Amino acid sequence: MTTSSSRRMVLTRSAALVGAASSTLLIPAQSQAQTGKIRVGLMLPYSGAFAPLGVAIENGVRMAINEQGGKLGGREIEWFKVDDESDPSKGIENANKLVQRDKVDVLIGTVHSGVQMGIQRVARDSGVLSLIPNAGVHAATRSLCAPNVFRTSFSNSQPTLALGQTMVNKGHKRAVWITWKYAAGDEAFEGFKESYTKAGGTIIKELGLPFPNVEFQALLTEIAALKPDAVACFFAGPSGAKFMKDFAAAGLKGKIALYGSGFLTEGVLQAAGPAADGVMTTLHYSDSLDTPRNKKFRLEYAKTFKMQPDVYAVQGYDTGLLLIQGANAVNGDLSKKPDLYKAMQGAVIDSPRGKWTMSKTHNPIQDMYLRVVENGENKVIGVAAKALADPGTGCKMG
Amino acid sequence: MDFVNFLIQLLNSVQYGLLLFMLAAGLTLIFGIMGVVNLAHGSFYMLGAYLAWSLAALTNSFTLAIILGTVLSVLFGLLLEWLLFRHFYKRDHLDQVLLTFGLIYIFEETRSILWGDDVQGVTIPAALSASIPLTETLSYPVYRLFMSGVCLLLALGLYLLISKTRLGMKIRAGAFNHEMTEALGVNVKLIHALVFAMGVGLATIAGMVAAPVSSVYPNMGSQVLIMCFVVVVIGGIGSVKGALIAAILVGLVDTFGKVLLPQVAGMLVYVLMAIVLLYKPEGLFKN
Repeated sequence: MTTSSSRRMVLTRSAALVGAASSTLLIPAQSQAQTGKIRVGLMLPYSGAFAPLGVAIENGVRMAINEQGGKLGGREIEWFKVDDESDPSKGIENANKLVQRDKVDVLIGTVHSGVQMGIQRVARDSGVLSLIPNAGVHAATRSLCAPNVFRTSFSNSQPTLALGQTMVNKGHKRAVWITWKYAAGDEAFEGFKESYTKAGGTIIKELGLPFPNVEFQALLTEIAALKPDAVACFFAGPSGAKFMKDFAAAGLKGKIALYGSGFLTEGVLQAAGPAADGVMTTLHYSDSLDTPRNKKFRLEYAKTFKMQPDVYAVQGYDTGLLLIQGANAVNGDLSKKPDLYKAMQGAVIDSPRGKWTMSKTHNPIQDMYLRVVENGENKVIGVAAKALADPGTGCKMG
Repeated sequence: MDFVNFLIQLLNSVQYGLLLFMLAAGLTLIFGIMGVVNLAHGSFYMLGAYLAWSLAALTNSFTLAIILGTVLSVLFGLLLEWLLFRHFYKRDHLDQVLLTFGLIYIFEETRSILWGDDVQGVTIPAALSASIPLTETLSYPVYRLFMSGVCLLLALGLYLLISKTRLGMKIRAGAFNHEMTEALGVNVKLIHALVFAMGVGLATIAGMVAAPVSSVYPNMGSQVLIMCFVVVVIGGIGSVKGALIAAILVGLVDTFGKVLLPQVAGMLVYVLMAIVLLYKPEGLFKN
């Protein structure tokens, strides 16, 4: 009898102790949420092929916040950083490091769409404010959209949604589409198919190769045999340079027009050399955008970080601007969620890319520029689509 | 597909296959003769591309860059062998995997410090920059023919070296029975060092020659490494002849797969590997 009662006593006492401990722990945590520092988590690639993008995004975020005195709604900031390594299999684990271990108030990330799906799951489960500075995966603002998730970059089909009408206007009515067979490529194709067929163009063949294969020669031979008016494509990073070089070396340049989602010509023009001249792309930004806002941004960025900003830096900068607007509206108390989300939903972002607003599904409504490569630069020759929104298909929020 | 297009695609296949062979040859030799699984082999390909880029900028000559790069890479191979790999020949495959996997990270980080993370381009030398018109819209770049030529020459040289020379005989003997060969007074250690350096050299040359068409960028080695392992497995571990035939086979399947069966192109090469392994578990040519 004595043993069982003492056991019970041990159990109840320890339970009480745990209870007391957790409640005392809770009290300072709550008061900290209103008066202490705002905890901002950055989950970005700091190693691997996307590392420069991670750095550019972080620079942009910090620059926007520093321009406002380095505070959010009057509160100091404590930064937390996790390298997501662009590894989708660690997406949830890494997001939880910030959300559960570091207890961040806002999570900014990331670049890779696969990793983003992990963040999306954690954001939906925990309700943490999640800002997407790049990854264009559709689900984030479509079928899996959430009130606490905002994107400041683009959806994968946004650039190609602006491409179709432009190509038909230039008289290119028969086109071949080529991309990698993976999620982002398929989503870019969705936008192209929608806009090109609507404008009256015909897609005579859809070509694809497994990601990240870069042996284009077989498909270029196929394109030469098909003789379309134009080729439209989605490639990004170093492979974009290789595609343009192979396209030119196969003798197709000058005979068949080459169009693409703007990522084709971002950051690779020096590597691609003259092969890229004349390639036309659509994107929400261009380094050479000739507006006072963009010039000021580029000058300040270059002065601060001793390097030239790119589209990713702009997206990071806009993420910072959005967060500032939200935090200021609630005077730094990010726990006032309905007010915070309302302010961010209604925000007008005065971006280097031009002013943009948030759609009901929390994706930018923005202008898509038509750019042509000239002398190693993406020269803006017009607006391909004004205030273009992602359709947000399947989002049950708006 | 009409006949002309078929021939052009055949040319594409062989050309891709030969490039794969250059990489796989070194991998299969190092694996077959010293028994080392070298996951860092792709890094030598990347090293080659970066060497071509930086040396071409330094010397203003692509030819000079290739010659200098080859010498440097062979020296680098000898150093690596002496410093690290020599001590791993007798050890477990898992130890070798750990070593070479770690090396990938070290090479990538060193590359980042030395050359940065940007994408770079190497211009094709003027003498080879022309294209031969094949059809109304398509031309074939002379440089691609040059690449195939270099690969063929090296393949031939490798074959002659291994099967016709005294050194080749010693290499084969060392692979067949290490102790016996040593007992006969052959310096097997030196032979191993030479074979390793040769493997590094071949991969580096492949990277240098491919640099003008593939661009130069971080992590470029990891993309080709998997395909190389497929080639080595299909061809039979340690067999250079097997690697050549397997590389051409993979080139054919990959090229025609992309054109004729685009939906499943990504897995066709692996289906080929599975079929070969089903009937020949040790690969096409066992050493």
